[in-house]
Parts: sequence; C-alpha cells; structure tokens
Amino acid sequence: MEMNTLEIRNLCTSFFTEKGELKAVRDVSLSVGAGKITGIVGESGCGKSMLARSVMGLIPHSGRLVSGEILLNGRDIAKLSQREYCAIRGSEISMVCQDPMTSLNPVMTVGKQVEEAILLHNDVSGAEAEKRTIEAFESVGIPDPDKRLKSYPHELSGGLRQRVLIAMAMVCKPKLLIADEPTTALDVTVEAQILRLMRKLCEDGTSILLISHNLGVIAQTCDDVYVMYAGSIMEHADPVTLFESPVHPYTRGLMNAVAALNRNEEVLETIRGVVPNLLHLPAGCPFSLRCDQCGKDCADHFPEMHSVGPGHEVRCYLAGGKEEA
Amino acid sequence: MSSILLEARNLSRDFPAGHQKVVHAVSEVSLQIGEGETLGIVGESGCGKSTLGRMLIRMIPPTSGDVLFRGKAFSEMKETEFHPIRRQLQMIFQDPYASLNPRMSVRDIIAEPLETWRVCSGKEETTQRVLELMRDVGLPGEFLYRYPHQFSGGQRQRIGIARAIAADPSLIVCDEPTSALDVSVQNQILNLLRELQQARGLSYLFISHNISVVRHISDRIAVMFLGKICETGPTEKVFSAPQHPYTKFLLEAVPKPDPRKRAETTALLQGEPPSPIDPPSGCRFRTRCPYATERCAAEEPLLKKTTAGTEAACHMVS
Repeated sequence: MEMNTLEIRNLCTSFFTEKGELKAVRDVSLSVGAGKITGIVGESGCGKSMLARSVMGLIPHSGRLVSGEILLNGRDIAKLSQREYCAIRGSEISMVCQDPMTSLNPVMTVGKQVEEAILLHNDVSGAEAEKRTIEAFESVGIPDPDKRLKSYPHELSGGLRQRVLIAMAMVCKPKLLIADEPTTALDVTVEAQILRLMRKLCEDGTSILLISHNLGVIAQTCDDVYVMYAGSIMEHADPVTLFESPVHPYTRGLMNAVAALNRNEEVLETIRGVVPNLLHLPAGCPFSLRCDQCGKDCADHFPEMHSVGPGHEVRCYLAGGKEEA
Repeated sequence: MSSILLEARNLSRDFPAGHQKVVHAVSEVSLQIGEGETLGIVGESGCGKSTLGRMLIRMIPPTSGDVLFRGKAFSEMKETEFHPIRRQLQMIFQDPYASLNPRMSVRDIIAEPLETWRVCSGKEETTQRVLELMRDVGLPGEFLYRYPHQFSGGQRQRIGIARAIAADPSLIVCDEPTSALDVSVQNQILNLLRELQQARGLSYLFISHNISVVRHISDRIAVMFLGKICETGPTEKVFSAPQHPYTKFLLEAVPKPDPRKRAETTALLQGEPPSPIDPPSGCRFRTRCPYATERCAAEEPLLKKTTAGTEAACHMVS
C-alpha cells in the first residue's frame, strides 16, 4: 500500500491559561491518504482549526504541542525547529484559510504575493517566478491571469481572492494542502466552483485535509471523514458509511439535525445543551453531558477508539466497546 | 392570503459610493407580508436583502417607493405619527455578539423595550415580565443578572429574541438569525421562532443566505439577485419547480449532505455577481446566464405569473 501523506499519532495541543490547561487537541490520530481528500467536521470550538495549525507549526504563543507525532511522508515534523519548519511550510505543506479578505496583504499586488512564495523556496529569476505565477493563476481558473497579477486584493471579489490563495498554496506543488473552512466566507454558487477546484487539485495528485463545519461540503468532496468534538476524534469512516449509518450519538445527532432541516419537519431535531467548556471537560466522554444514552462508564472514563467495521472507528462505549467486552 | 400587514411598493435604495458613483442596493422591489405569515428572502451577499429588511421597518429611508403598514404609507407619516408603529416592527440581528450591549445585564436588555413603551408599571412588574419573557425563549430565570459575555451564541440569540418580542410586535425582521450558530443550536432557534409565531401570531421577514433554513421556516419566498426579486411564490412551488435560471442554479449549487449524490458533473454557474454600482442593462442576471439572448440585454424582464404557480422575471419563462 502507498504511504499516507500525513499521519498524525496521539497528538495533544494545549493552551496554558491562568485558569489552567485548556486541551484544544486531545489525543488525535488520523491519516491523510495520498491523493485523497480527508475531511474533518465539527462545530465551532471543537479544535479543528487548532489541529490544522498544529500540523502547520503555527500554534499561538500561549499554546504548545504537548505530545504526539506528525509524520509527513514518514518524517516526523512535530519536533522541527521554527527554522526547519520555514523550509517545508509552503513547499511541502501549505494552507488555505477561511477568510480571503484578511489572509492577503492589502498593499501588495496579488502577483507579487504569489511570487514571494516561489522565490522563497526556489532558486529562480524574477521573470521565471512571474511565469510560474501566471501558470498557477491559470490552473485555479483565474480569468486573464497576466492582468490579474497586477491587481490589489481589494480589487478582486471574494471568490477570486480565494483562488489567489489557493494558487499561492499550490505554486510550489506541496504534497499536502490544508484547507481550513475554504468556502465558509463565500456565496453558494462560488462555493460550488471552489469545491470543484479542490477535487481537481486532488485528482492531480495533491492530498488535501479539508476542515469544515458544513456537512454538505464534507459529503460532496471527501474520501474519508473524521468527526471531531471538544478536541477529540469521535468517529472515523468513509462518507457513505458516516452519513448512512453513523454510530456515535454525537454524529447521529448532527446527521439528524441536518436531515430534519432537509426533510422539512415541523419540529426540528436538535442536540440538547451546549458544547462543554474546554477548561472544564468531564472526566469521561466529552459528549456525556449531552448524550441521551450516557451510561455509568461514560461519565468517569475517557473512551478509546475502537473499530466497528472496515475503516470505521468510534470513540464510544455503546459501540461494541468495553461494556460488551 | 390573510390580510396584508406590510406592503412594499417599488422600493429602491441607492447609496453614494464616492466619485459620483451610486450603488443600486435595492431597485423597484414590491412585496407583501400577510398577518401571521413568514416571507423568506434568499440571495447571495450584496444582493440587497438586508437593505430591503431595514427599509421595511423604516430603519433607513428609501430613495423612492413606499412601504405601507396596514394600509398606511410610511411616506405620509411624520416621525411622531410613526412612533406607535415602530413598536409593531422589531428586528433580530445576525451577530448575537455585536447586537447586545456588553455592559447591560440580561434584565436591563430585555426591560429596555418594556420601559420605552411603558408596558409595565414599576420596576418589580417589569422584572416579572422579563422573567416571563426569558421563560418563553427558554432561558433559566437565574440568569437574570448575568451579562452577555457569560452566554453561548445560541443563548445570546435567545436574549435578542426576548428583546424583540418584549413589546408585543406584529412583525419581526430576522436578518440571518442563525448564520453565526452551529447546526444543532440553529435548529433550537428555528424551533423557538416557530413556537413563538404560533403562540403570538407573529409575521416574520426571514432573511438568509442559507436556503434549507429559509425553506423550512417560510410560507412564501422571494429570491433576490442584485437588488431585484427574480422569482417569488409559495415556498414549495419555488423549490419543487424553480422557473428562473438563477433560482435553478442557486438550488443546484447548495452542497447536499448526501455522499451518494455528488454534483461532480452538473453545470455550475460561472463567475460571480456583477457590481451593483454598474449593473448590466436589461436583465441583471444576463452576464452569468447561459440562456441569455439579445432581448435580455435590451429589455428588462418584469415579474410575471408562470405555469408553475410562481412569479418569475425572465423572458424565457412562460
């Protein structure tokens, strides 16, 4: 079998605040297969963006990667120095952020910003960098790339800015692209265009880690999906299994909430309560406070991931775990 | 349709954009909202749906056109005459973080409209009424003296809803009320809005870019593109048989939460909405429309009845 592009093992990232340790990413293991789109879905504050920033080596100052391995094509990058990280960031892994308005420098033309990435990682002339930028713009579907080069970010629409960011991320042909909510700030008709572009990049051989809160986006694009809640992975499956036979009560709740809206039921299904405060997580399963099937083990012991089918793992005692064993 | 509560007639609003340019945010929009009815407005960002919502409750004046509340025209009323109607028209905002004063307690936030309209006599009665309102929107009474930062997004939206219903309005403009919320919490708020509507006979103007949310809550919908309504009709008719090409593409573009139905080969709408500063001549959608002809550039299509039971503004539709 081909080696996974990214393999994360038991990753923990915490913030150390005055009120104590905040576990933003808690014992996360996941893999991104070569040439596949792997999705992470979860609600706001579940740690999905912090997971992305951990992989990029961009954890804010008050936080730290506590333990775990991040294997990029077999090489552990979790222990790299900032200097070593700079060499791979942009060339081997790159990232597209949610907000295309704030991720670009407003006083530099978009062409220069993309050329900067090329010149940093390659020993080429300015003219060659410009040529590659035009090619990159073409490949992400920016019309009139040679003219657009000289535009400033405010002159472009949201969809075009997001394409510029994708061009910038892809220009050094990274092995892994992390897309953190790449379409959340865009209109639906433009979102559909960007999602199709993501699939095209993937068919051209890039592995993508796609982070989204939108189950529709995940269903439409991903080959493999992880569901995250309060810093932990709760369920992992291929999209058809996940959407048609979810096992974890949280995943089922999410699916029901979305399906009820689409079936247009009179009273919509919800998940009761709210996401717990990450500073005061329950000792056991983080979902236990909102779970209707919470048993005696759930409140006291953090459940392990266990397999319930081929490629289908769940972190829940009720899913063929400890209670039945 | 039941009797008409609020009616817009040829409403337009322009904003100056500097250098003698003008943004045509809303152009010639006419619509009606019945008593106890929910009218949904969908459209992409910048299509003028928020501006329209604000004009309907006289938060901003129109450039031309008029709004009628129970048959009385806004343009013929002075601010003092309009004052009692102001109470009937309330609003719920998109961002539950920005729309509550961080230095006021929940009690004071919800009591403000009660005091403005002198609904209750005395402080104690006001507090009693605030507690009733909190119960109606599902907030525990012990939160009475807490401040907005102590609440989650969904709870804050509940505070905003309690404030909006406090003075017993007949219409609430809901401007993207669930867009900042997670899906499980979004459903809680939608359920609450529906309960309140049934209990109080409220009318809603529900503005959202989220098409499945609008479909769920609206009796009728209006689809907007670049400041104009391009299709309107009963919700199920518009969704089951959209007539206007833009409506069709818009419904098609929504990512469906079903991995077996991937839209990998369907036709996508190309490009992005044109600028409202210099909208295309004739039909405003023509620059993105794959079916556009010369007639679309020369002549503006007007809303007309379609065989599917909706009204659409397109020359191609019969």
